[in-house]
Amino acid sequence: MSSLSTDHNSAGQSQSGRVVRPAGPLVIDIEGVTKLYKMGDEIIRALRGVTLSIRRNEYLAIMGPSGSGKSTLMNMLGCLDTPTAGHYHFSGKDVASMVDDELADIRNREIGFVFQTFNLLPRSNALHNVELPLIYAGLGKADRIERAQQALANVGLAERMYHKPNELSGGQRQRVAIARALVTRPSIVLADEPTGNLDSKTGVEIMDLFEQLYEQGNTLIVVTHEEEIARHARRIVRLRDGLIESDEQVP
Amino acid sequence: MQSLSTSGILWRFCFGLSVAALITWVVLHLSHSQPDLVPLVRWTIAGSLSLAMIFGIADYGFKQFLHEFPESLKISFVQIRGSKLRSALTALGVIIGIVAVTLMGTAIEGINVGVDRSFSGFGDDLLYVTKTPWTDRQEWWNYRNRPPIRYSYAQEINDWIADNPDSALKLAVPTENTLTTLIRGENRLNNIWTLGTTADYSRITRSDMKEGRFFSDFEAQSGSNVAVVGFDVADALFPSESAVGKTIQIRDQNFKILGVMARQGSFLGLFSWDSMLAMPITTYRRYYRVDDNGEVRVQVDSTRMQDARDELTGLMRRIRQLNPEQKDNFSINEQGTIRAQLDPIENGIALAGLFITGLALFVGAIGIMNITYVSVKERTKEIGTRKALGARRRTILLQFLIEAVTICFIGGVVGLISARVLTAVIAMVAPNFPLVFSVELVLTGLAISVLTGVVSGFAPALSASKLDPVVALRYE
Repeated sequence: MSSLSTDHNSAGQSQSGRVVRPAGPLVIDIEGVTKLYKMGDEIIRALRGVTLSIRRNEYLAIMGPSGSGKSTLMNMLGCLDTPTAGHYHFSGKDVASMVDDELADIRNREIGFVFQTFNLLPRSNALHNVELPLIYAGLGKADRIERAQQALANVGLAERMYHKPNELSGGQRQRVAIARALVTRPSIVLADEPTGNLDSKTGVEIMDLFEQLYEQGNTLIVVTHEEEIARHARRIVRLRDGLIESDEQVP
Repeated sequence: MQSLSTSGILWRFCFGLSVAALITWVVLHLSHSQPDLVPLVRWTIAGSLSLAMIFGIADYGFKQFLHEFPESLKISFVQIRGSKLRSALTALGVIIGIVAVTLMGTAIEGINVGVDRSFSGFGDDLLYVTKTPWTDRQEWWNYRNRPPIRYSYAQEINDWIADNPDSALKLAVPTENTLTTLIRGENRLNNIWTLGTTADYSRITRSDMKEGRFFSDFEAQSGSNVAVVGFDVADALFPSESAVGKTIQIRDQNFKILGVMARQGSFLGLFSWDSMLAMPITTYRRYYRVDDNGEVRVQVDSTRMQDARDELTGLMRRIRQLNPEQKDNFSINEQGTIRAQLDPIENGIALAGLFITGLALFVGAIGIMNITYVSVKERTKEIGTRKALGARRRTILLQFLIEAVTICFIGGVVGLISARVLTAVIAMVAPNFPLVFSVELVLTGLAISVLTGVVSGFAPALSASKLDPVVALRYE
């Protein structure tokens, strides 16, 4: 459980020939986190004392069967939820004691979300979808458009900026969502089953894009139940019954 | 909970102040008291509302507001365009409410204008000496034993005026009146308000002659059978020719028409010169019994109304030879008292209108609230996504509030246009009914529609803003 990515501080290539970037400063620091839910009369212990550290430049997969607490952990990491007990520090800031609007600011500045169902605004074009987090950040229109266009170009969608989601393929939609996640230059990108709604060929394309993003210097956390998707990451954390079962580097 | 910032406290305070001022304004308006305070209260409402807005935006964050407001506005237009029928049906309630507000306002202002127009011919610088007061009609039995007002009083008053150059009184004119039937060939006009008076009447009236002239002093004193008629009377008896110089019958006597008064317009059956006839008082006394209906109209210096009243009261008491301990046995009236009598009618219309309007707006507001709740429900996942991307509570609140206000505002504009068209139609059908469509009315209508949007959108918007992002994101 204490196995951290500090083991391989050296840049370079692993045995399988993949790029492994040196781990940076601590971003996520979770200690003894528990989360209880009340469902009717029943109290569900979704997390039962999880301790986890994630550093900048990591590419991490969180795995586990349904009911393992995987989604709860992801919500916690994404600052969508706060723990019932335990410590959570994001870049040294105490998240556990934050109120709604402070969490919103952290999500806006530090975290980029990629959802299984893309979650694009159906009536807005790709460019406006990518602009959205920058609006909440209080950026001016000129800056927003420039950065959104660049983000879309980065994911290979320079030609489709003015298309609405229903005029784009599944893979393209997910690229728009990834551009939206990256446009604020967040500390971490949190992807929840990013290939879950895509055919396997498109899924591979998206995972290739993730690989690229990792090599460009982004910190990625992918939540998945597919072993194959998880193998793309450099580190896999497995959950079972609200506890971390294993935490290992991928060779 | 976060503690309130300075601007947060300030905007809440200013908003509370404006609400208090608004209530004060309504109370003052309905009770007709303290008219000097009204402008102050109005400025307080305007000032505190503006301040509340500025502090509110400061509390929201100027930069955030600057960028999120247009975004929210854009989304709401996209949303309305995306569900046109639904939005139109929802706005219908507001449209009806605004039409009701506007028509009510139009009617009240119209009544004011109509009454002013009806009265305008009589002049507001007149005091009327009568047997019974105009206002206190319930207790007529207190006045029935009073002696009648004699037409000779006018001469006595005029003598006094001649002897006192400083007098606030200017000219006294006696009048007697009754209802008569006018006959011209086959045409009969029943119940025409007929006035017997002196030639001086033309000097105190505000009406102009359309054609011809008023009778002269000589004609008045000699008791000639001459008459001056109002516009509608002339029009009814002589639809296609000039009435001047023609003869009509009143009680089998021939009367020569000397002149026709210019048109005034009448309203709600109030007297207006249009449906009257005037003849010399000497002539009148020859044909009609002169009893209780006499009165003396006294033109006064309108800048010294109260002085004139006091002076006239004293003068009348002297004429009537009353002891100091005796009560007045005559009444002095002015147009304002009739005007004041109409206030309860206007207030009644305003209250009934307020009720109908309130009901219509309430139904409209419920519709908006409902549709905003539906919208929040439908877009729960979108709300979750926006929150995940960093939208704060107030951002979501503002977004749904703006959507509700936008629908209401559009409804308000449509309602105002409909009301304008309706008033135009009414004006065509009933040209005598004065309708006034003022800028104030338009602004009030728009303000009310925006307010309806805020009030009805607030609860659903608040519930949207408080959604748990985790739950919202999972919502299908």
